[in-house]
Amino acid sequence: MNLALFVWRQKSPADSGGLQQYEARDISPDMSFLEMLDVVNEDLIKKGIEPIAFDHDCREGICGMCSQVINGTAHGPQEKTTVCQLHMRNFKDGDTIYIEPWRAKAFPVIKDLVVDRGALDRIIQSGGYVSVSTGGVPDANAILIPKADSDRAMDAAECIGCGACVAACPNGSAMLFVSAKVAHLALLPQGCVEAARRVCVMTETMMKEGFGNCSNHYECQAACPKGIKVSFIAKLNREFIKSLAKPSEAL
Amino acid sequence: MRLFSSTVGRKNLMALSGQALIAFVVMHLLGNFTVYSGALNSYAERLHSLPLLVWSFRLIMLAALTLHVFYGAIITLENRAAKPQAYAVTKTQKATFASKNMIWTGSAIAAFLLYHLIQFTFSGVPGRDLFSRPDVFGMVVQGFSSLPVVLVYVASITALFYHLSHGIQSSFQTLGLNSEAAMPFIMKSAVIISLVLFGGYSSIPLFILLGAVR
Ligand code: HEM
Ligand code: FES
Repeated sequence: MNLALFVWRQKSPADSGGLQQYEARDISPDMSFLEMLDVVNEDLIKKGIEPIAFDHDCREGICGMCSQVINGTAHGPQEKTTVCQLHMRNFKDGDTIYIEPWRAKAFPVIKDLVVDRGALDRIIQSGGYVSVSTGGVPDANAILIPKADSDRAMDAAECIGCGACVAACPNGSAMLFVSAKVAHLALLPQGCVEAARRVCVMTETMMKEGFGNCSNHYECQAACPKGIKVSFIAKLNREFIKSLAKPSEAL
Repeated sequence: MRLFSSTVGRKNLMALSGQALIAFVVMHLLGNFTVYSGALNSYAERLHSLPLLVWSFRLIMLAALTLHVFYGAIITLENRAAKPQAYAVTKTQKATFASKNMIWTGSAIAAFLLYHLIQFTFSGVPGRDLFSRPDVFGMVVQGFSSLPVVLVYVASITALFYHLSHGIQSSFQTLGLNSEAAMPFIMKSAVIISLVLFGGYSSIPLFILLGAVR
């Protein structure tokens, strides 16, 4: 199949950038979206044009590196699917496809479709961990965890940190990302010790990094390739309200 | 205080003040329904014979509204700043007209509130009824005999409908007073409550304009 692409090209963070039109020729419906871009890039290199820069790593939907807004939807039209796992059979011959980078103040564009998602790492560094004293290795299952809690914690832990929630949010908020980590750890006995501090510090860092507030548009859940649900944001909100019982010095 | 500085805390305040305003809007509508039973003047007289109640209520409402509007404006500005560049193609999947226009429907409600207070509260009740009570009923019927006035009312109540069709369910999410199982029910009830408020409030000026209440 043949497609018309409009791709965001931006040389550097300072460059203002713009959409450029390219053709994708003889694309197999079995190719992934990134393989399609590989073909386009080969063609651009042959023509002496700078290839399109885009992020990717595992190409199997687990690392969270791939990050493109395709026709206005983060990770493209297929539900719960990363760009690298999106196949060209989701498109028709002759389609026009707009490809843009994640857009948010906290995600500055580095080049073309590549953005700097370091802000998410800094949110995790601020509180997305449990403090453990080193020593002998504890026995497996020494701490019993109800199956329902561990299942739910695992659902939250599915977040791959791709940032699609931020890209899809009209407010550029990272609440779904933050809530996944807050809920994941608050649900487990090892994590609930620091739950109050974690929710306060992580949401504070989120705002300092320039993300927006949550307006409950629920766009994030629709965009998440891992199906993280907004019920984790409600959980985060409950964790915050619980934390109000503790004075700031105690956090 | 974290409640006032944190992103979640400020949203909690908005949700709580929003729910207080909803409680008021519901009570106000129940009171207004005395227009239909003919008891509006005695209701108004009774209410104003309790100045302590009226004034503590007004102060609470003023505080809730101030908090709500203040943080609504700040939050909206921050959210815009967090998304400086729009996509060339936008395709929203879950966001609604209501959720995307909270600041505009809210501002419309604020403007209407001012107009409504000037029209019926600040200017005082002009006439007296047969029992020489302030004739609130006559004032209301007089006010709604004009088509432009009724249109302003219905348009403002439409804005309130949109504001609440997102706001009610959003406030439960913000306060964490929900669960995955309860959310579909909350969403549906929120729309039904908003619709009932819309129908109730717009019926009064419309019926008066059509001459059904006099
Ligand atoms: C007077 C002018 C008003 C303004 C400017 C205003 C503004 C706003 C804004 C901007 C939001 C969205 C905040 C966000 O999540 O991004 C909001 C939410 C809300 N508003 Fe209003 N509003 C007004 C009046 C009202 C009234 C009269 C009611 C109730 C009858 C109300 C009930 C709510 C509720 C329940 C929410 C949801 C809070 C949440 O998301 O948790 N608002 N308002
Ligand atoms: S490249 Fe790893 S998730 Fe897409």
